[in-house]
Amino acid sequence: MSNKLYAPIILLLVLAFLIGPFIIIIAASLSAGETLSFPPQGLSLRWVIKVFEVESFRASFGISMFLAIGGTIAALILGIPASYALSRYKVPGAETIRTIVSSPIIVPGIIVGLALLRYFVVPFNFGILFALFLAHTALILPYAVRVVSASLTNLRSDIEEAAVLLGCSRVGAFFRVVMPNIRGGILAAFILGFVTSFNQVPVSLFLSGPGVRTLPIDMLSYMEITYDPSVAALSALLAFMSLGIVFLAERFLGFSRYV
Amino acid sequence: MSDSRFLSLEKLTLSYGKNVAVPEMDLDIAKGELVALLGPSGCGKTTTMRAIAGLMEPASGAIVLDGANITRVPANKRPVGLVFQSYALFPHLNVYENVAFGLKLMGVKGKDLETRVNDGLKTVGLSQYATRKPAELSGGQQQRVSLARSMVMEPKVLLLDEPLSNLDARLRLEMRTELQRVQKESGVTMIFVTHDQVEALAMADRIIVMLDGHIEQIGTPEDIYNNPASDFVADFVGFENVFERVGDTIKTANGDVAISGDIDDATKGLAWRPSMVTLGEGPYEGTVRGTSFAGGTREYLLDTPLGQIKAECDAALPAHDFGAVLKFDLPVAKAAQLARTGSL
Repeated sequence: MSNKLYAPIILLLVLAFLIGPFIIIIAASLSAGETLSFPPQGLSLRWVIKVFEVESFRASFGISMFLAIGGTIAALILGIPASYALSRYKVPGAETIRTIVSSPIIVPGIIVGLALLRYFVVPFNFGILFALFLAHTALILPYAVRVVSASLTNLRSDIEEAAVLLGCSRVGAFFRVVMPNIRGGILAAFILGFVTSFNQVPVSLFLSGPGVRTLPIDMLSYMEITYDPSVAALSALLAFMSLGIVFLAERFLGFSRYV
Repeated sequence: MSDSRFLSLEKLTLSYGKNVAVPEMDLDIAKGELVALLGPSGCGKTTTMRAIAGLMEPASGAIVLDGANITRVPANKRPVGLVFQSYALFPHLNVYENVAFGLKLMGVKGKDLETRVNDGLKTVGLSQYATRKPAELSGGQQQRVSLARSMVMEPKVLLLDEPLSNLDARLRLEMRTELQRVQKESGVTMIFVTHDQVEALAMADRIIVMLDGHIEQIGTPEDIYNNPASDFVADFVGFENVFERVGDTIKTANGDVAISGDIDDATKGLAWRPSMVTLGEGPYEGTVRGTSFAGGTREYLLDTPLGQIKAECDAALPAHDFGAVLKFDLPVAKAAQLARTGSL
């Protein structure tokens, strides 16, 4: 076989590997059968409809949305000034700070979750929701700092001096000329953070408690009891939601430039 | 306060941490003057400019503008404009909004704002580009926007950082006359920083040559060009053959060489432009080590007992070959007599 044939075959295999599970999930969710199976037994939308009827899914979806949106906003409130300071000033130990800020991505989620549970939730008696909120904020922070830092690096710093000479205060210059120019990066960080938080399992696993569960954890426990295709249907819906968000971001912001 | 001391730096010391970049500088600039701060990189010219703008706090000394001590006045409250080397336009705003930025902060609104912005754009010939974003403009146009953005604020002093360095040769000539025109028409006191002596000589009313944080010489372009005060200035403006003078001798790489002529007692050095060197006759001999044709003239690099000498003659004369031995003279009558040496 020639090289010309190898390349497309390998490409197809890789694509199948990446997209395959997604297709299986969609197919399984459209099954008319009683259990999760592939290939689907007949076609129906009953499991998709079932998703919206399960009470605990609605509650955990709400919690997941709250964590994803609230955590991302909190991470940006912490991350934007941090990125600004790291890119504009000679901060002693800047590299160390960057590493520490990135550590939640590097350290396995299981360890982060266990540590938070053992040393924060238990001794300080934090509420579960508050602990989850803190954990998600910490997990999103590295993305916020990275993406916002990237757009700050591309922005010349002399425009701030120019703004000051035209009458702005230092703080005013940040809001008038820095923020509008890193808006794309901030939105990109928001989307990355949102998706990361929404799909988070290991950390949330440790911090879930009675009545407070994120959606992925709720799906896991649902599956332990019932093995019906509604979990597949929910997965497919979530995948489409993520795709939709990324598509819109790419369409309007050129998302891939910032990641 | 008189007009000749419109802007004064008084014993101004500027430092970065423990490194003193500019020690105790004294300088007076007159109202409506177009001044060049000329010097090689690292001479403190940009630092001085940033201090005048308020972007850098002086370690000591004072800056007095139009009778008011502005040393501790923050940058956003100073009546000083600055055109950045990179233009520093706001990328998210269009040309009109860039120019309006400072006026809006000043509280100018409505018709008044519109008139002033449009006048500013008209001055720099960019009225038809008002709705463009900076990224859609050429370097020269961005420069003009930056100029208009500062000018509409009606600053008492306008500073320009290397205003021509990012432009190509043709635009540079155009922008030179443009800047001079805007300055003369508005009467604003303008100080520009440059490392290019040609730029400084062509544009400025007065040139301040800086070296290692101090002022090496202040003078009109003619002064600087014809009567450099030191070996550094001489070399900077094209006197490529510079010698230290002791009594009736000049010091060379191969020992002292006697010279004769009418030399001022205070003269510490002598300098010749390549065009001032007499070629073909004279008491010295040199071997041609390099030639280059420069249109109207031909330049020679000579290996001589005095060291390397750069000479120049009419290109219409027959060329001398590499390795040829030529007689030459350094006529004292033509030489620039330097008051100081040792800065090269």
